[in-house]
Amino acid sequence: MQKQLYIAVTLLSIWCSSCKQQEAAPHFVSNAKQDTITSIFTDVKMVKINGGDYKPFYGSNTALVKVAPFLVDERQVTNAEFLAFVKANPQWQRSHIKRLYADTTYLHNWVNDTTLPKDAKPNAPITYVSWFAAKAYANAAEKRLPTLDEWEFVAMADDSVPNARNKKSYSNTILNLYLEKNRQYNEVKQSPPNYWGVYNVFDLVWEWTDDFNSVLASGDSRAGEYGDKNLVCAAGATSATDVMNYAAFMRFGFRSSLKATYTVSNLGFRCAKDIAAKK
Amino acid sequence: MKKFIFFLIATALFTSCKHKTANTEIPSDSIFYLNSDWQNQNGQTLKLSELKGKTLVVVMIYTTCRTACPLLVADMKAIEQKINPDNLDKVSLVLVSIDPETDTPERLKKFANDRKMDAPHWVFLRGNEAATQEFANVLSMKYKKISPVDFSHSNIISIFNPVGKLVVQEEGTGINAAKVAEKVNETVKAN
Repeated sequence: MQKQLYIAVTLLSIWCSSCKQQEAAPHFVSNAKQDTITSIFTDVKMVKINGGDYKPFYGSNTALVKVAPFLVDERQVTNAEFLAFVKANPQWQRSHIKRLYADTTYLHNWVNDTTLPKDAKPNAPITYVSWFAAKAYANAAEKRLPTLDEWEFVAMADDSVPNARNKKSYSNTILNLYLEKNRQYNEVKQSPPNYWGVYNVFDLVWEWTDDFNSVLASGDSRAGEYGDKNLVCAAGATSATDVMNYAAFMRFGFRSSLKATYTVSNLGFRCAKDIAAKK
Repeated sequence: MKKFIFFLIATALFTSCKHKTANTEIPSDSIFYLNSDWQNQNGQTLKLSELKGKTLVVVMIYTTCRTACPLLVADMKAIEQKINPDNLDKVSLVLVSIDPETDTPERLKKFANDRKMDAPHWVFLRGNEAATQEFANVLSMKYKKISPVDFSHSNIISIFNPVGKLVVQEEGTGINAAKVAEKVNETVKAN
């Protein structure tokens, strides 16, 4: 009887301790792994943007924003480049990515984790990527995403001047491009670059910016005076300054509808970089 | 007969053990995967995963805000009042700064003390700019610095379960505190 009791107690204490151990052990060992990025090499040319003052389409009233000089990729990140990235960083492959970082359509058109879609051109821009994935790629390339102001600064140019906003042709050209369907399947650098030597600003895909979530538009208000003051603190401080620029309005509307996990069929990205301070 | 009883006890323990394991598994969309470093109001450095095990009520604010943030803080206190007192030790009410430069731990501490938010279930956090931006995006929160002292931001209160999965979000100031507290109580009960 005593022996039996002894066995029972031993058994129970084993169960208990194994139980405790399980509780104490972290259940997310891949935590650090997700954040460790293996560097990748890309040979995309970076273009220097001189920077300057620019009037944001939406922003703090009509105040000019100073954009410091920076480098930007001359084109978007391509399918082939993103494939190389996920091969080097399996945690960003479709079946391994944490749902925290991308919704269910992330790279959903790919054949599998490491095979591009059947008809995809390797040199077409990557799409169906979340903001988190774009950030991770930029990290791996030792770059960053352009800020919204930087992106819009580059986008003011047409093929001959850095700021073509007042030209009628500028807005019309962009709007016509926006009307074309299935542009995202075309290869990069097949159309002429803009004033800075930057390609495909408008004609292929929309692009993630680092601070896309700084656009505080709610719903669809078109007059400029908008913003649900219950939803948005100091919403009155943001309003349209350039209502003629309908293309810019479309971009801002699009950005305000995005969440960082969203993946979209015509949303890609390109990288930027600070200009290293001279020693 | 005795053997049978031992068997029963062992089985019971085993199942209870399993049950707990299942509940602490971190889902793929858990905020506890974020690896960024944060500082609390006591100046301690921590990762979000250290908040694991409690139901979280999370809001992003900045202490120098004069417009919506005081309302959000009032909302958080109203929620606290309506949470079942027996549940409070299973809940953390977390206020994350969107202005980490200004909101030092000392400042957060003073903010907490001035507003009688000094009970252990109140957690104030600040990260660096990248961590703040990332966290705001996890909450699908919009924010923009509009001057050196002011931010525009959307007002969202989020509830996370003890393994870091989003349960529900309430948007806008003047939310129904009783409803949020009810959801908190339900989340505590379910875990």
